[in-house]
Amino acid sequence: MTFLFYLLAAVAILSALMVVFSRSPINSVIFLIICFLSIAGHYILLNAQFLAVVHIIVYTGAIMVLFLFVIMLLNLNTSNEPHKSQLTRITAVITGGLLLLVLIAATKDAVLIQAKNPADYNIGLVKQIGQTLFKQFLLPFEISSVLFISAMVGAVMLGKKDSKKN
Amino acid sequence: METWELLSKIIFLFVILAITLVVAMYSTYAERKVAAFMQDRLGPNRAGPYGLLQPLADGLKMFMKEEIIPTMANRTLFILGPSIAMTTALLTGVVIPWGGNLTIAGHVISLQVADLNIGILYIFAMVSIGVYGIMLGGWASNNKYALLGSVRAASQMISYELAMGMAIIALVLTTGTLSLKEIVDQQQGWHWNIFYQPLGFLIFLVCAFAETNRAPFDLPECETELIGGYHTEYSSMKLGFYLFAEYINMFISAAVIATLYFGGYNFPFLNRLPLDANVLTILGSVVFFLKIFFLIFLFMWIRWTLPRFRYDQLMNLGWKGFIPISIANIMVTGVVIYFKELFF
Repeated sequence: MTFLFYLLAAVAILSALMVVFSRSPINSVIFLIICFLSIAGHYILLNAQFLAVVHIIVYTGAIMVLFLFVIMLLNLNTSNEPHKSQLTRITAVITGGLLLLVLIAATKDAVLIQAKNPADYNIGLVKQIGQTLFKQFLLPFEISSVLFISAMVGAVMLGKKDSKKN
Repeated sequence: METWELLSKIIFLFVILAITLVVAMYSTYAERKVAAFMQDRLGPNRAGPYGLLQPLADGLKMFMKEEIIPTMANRTLFILGPSIAMTTALLTGVVIPWGGNLTIAGHVISLQVADLNIGILYIFAMVSIGVYGIMLGGWASNNKYALLGSVRAASQMISYELAMGMAIIALVLTTGTLSLKEIVDQQQGWHWNIFYQPLGFLIFLVCAFAETNRAPFDLPECETELIGGYHTEYSSMKLGFYLFAEYINMFISAAVIATLYFGGYNFPFLNRLPLDANVLTILGSVVFFLKIFFLIFLFMWIRWTLPRFRYDQLMNLGWKGFIPISIANIMVTGVVIYFKELFF
């Protein structure tokens, strides 16, 4: 189990780095997919089968397909990548550095949270997640679903507006 | 896990792999025979008696063909495409319960490789990863027809995955479990889910046709518009993998439909037969495969009967037809279950 954890962690970190470093957007997307799959593997190690599968369905199966779709439609390549000016690079470095600073500041004083039920291996199964979501966190759950619906309606409205203009 | 259990699982895994491949292989033969029957022809009848060796001849031909990778293609992704298509197609068979329990020399052997408690979702996840095979292959070919084919395939599969997922939600509402084994066990006798979820079954069936890219939903490889669609540039065994993956997907979808809606390895009066438990298990598996073969025949029947959709018709059917219907199906199912629990 420990060996599997280190293997998956190494794959996740390496592929995440490759997402940033690879020049072609298609390769970035593929490495991101590998990263997501290895994170799903971590969930399985924690016996959270439901989370793992939903993670694969939502992130790998839906969101990344849309990413790939857009990249393919726009035919983004290293060859026709717009040249970035010196100013953009400097700005990017400063922004990234600031983000790093914020992250370090936020995690500096973090304490290790003790797991509530460390011996409960069923915590990631469907039943437990359903009970928790629909009993303990019912209101936040429903509100977040309303948020998703409003985002969907907004996207449809934006799409409609464009077609009218044409 | 004890050694013999691990060993039996591994052996069973290889048996399932072999059965999947053989069924897919002979599906190509069956398809041509069914097509011939529908069009009043004879079909393949030269290789072996009744043309039974035709799939072997086809496979040999695929292997012997020259392997061509276009100069401007992205080599890695070009090879990765068919590999992903084939791998995800084969991975799905793991969670399907192919039969009950066999007892051999005191050991109970389950005719299912892994009884995940999220079996349906696992199949769904594999289907959604399968899209990448087609998308990457089409894009890496660096050919406009291949790209159009793969973009079509991706948007079609995403659109129909939604309706399919919602048909599954309605089914899960009635069964109360995500494990395929438990779903099958609930359908003993005549309690097949098709009688409880007729609309859901219809939605699932049509979506399965769309997910496997079979006619009338074969727009990704629509010959009249796109030459060969996403596999235009492919040759040799890489093309073979794509074509073969389609037949494996068809077999697995038929198995999933039989499991979810037609009672899996259950058949009426199963428990009343005065036979040994092992014999009953094997009989159940045989019945399961008969159901699968009938559904495969249904796939072919529809392919050779209906003409292909136009692309806007396909999208309209998915987004404006099936998604509202499947949402209504979920609501009706939920209300019925609520009142049933309230009053009975």
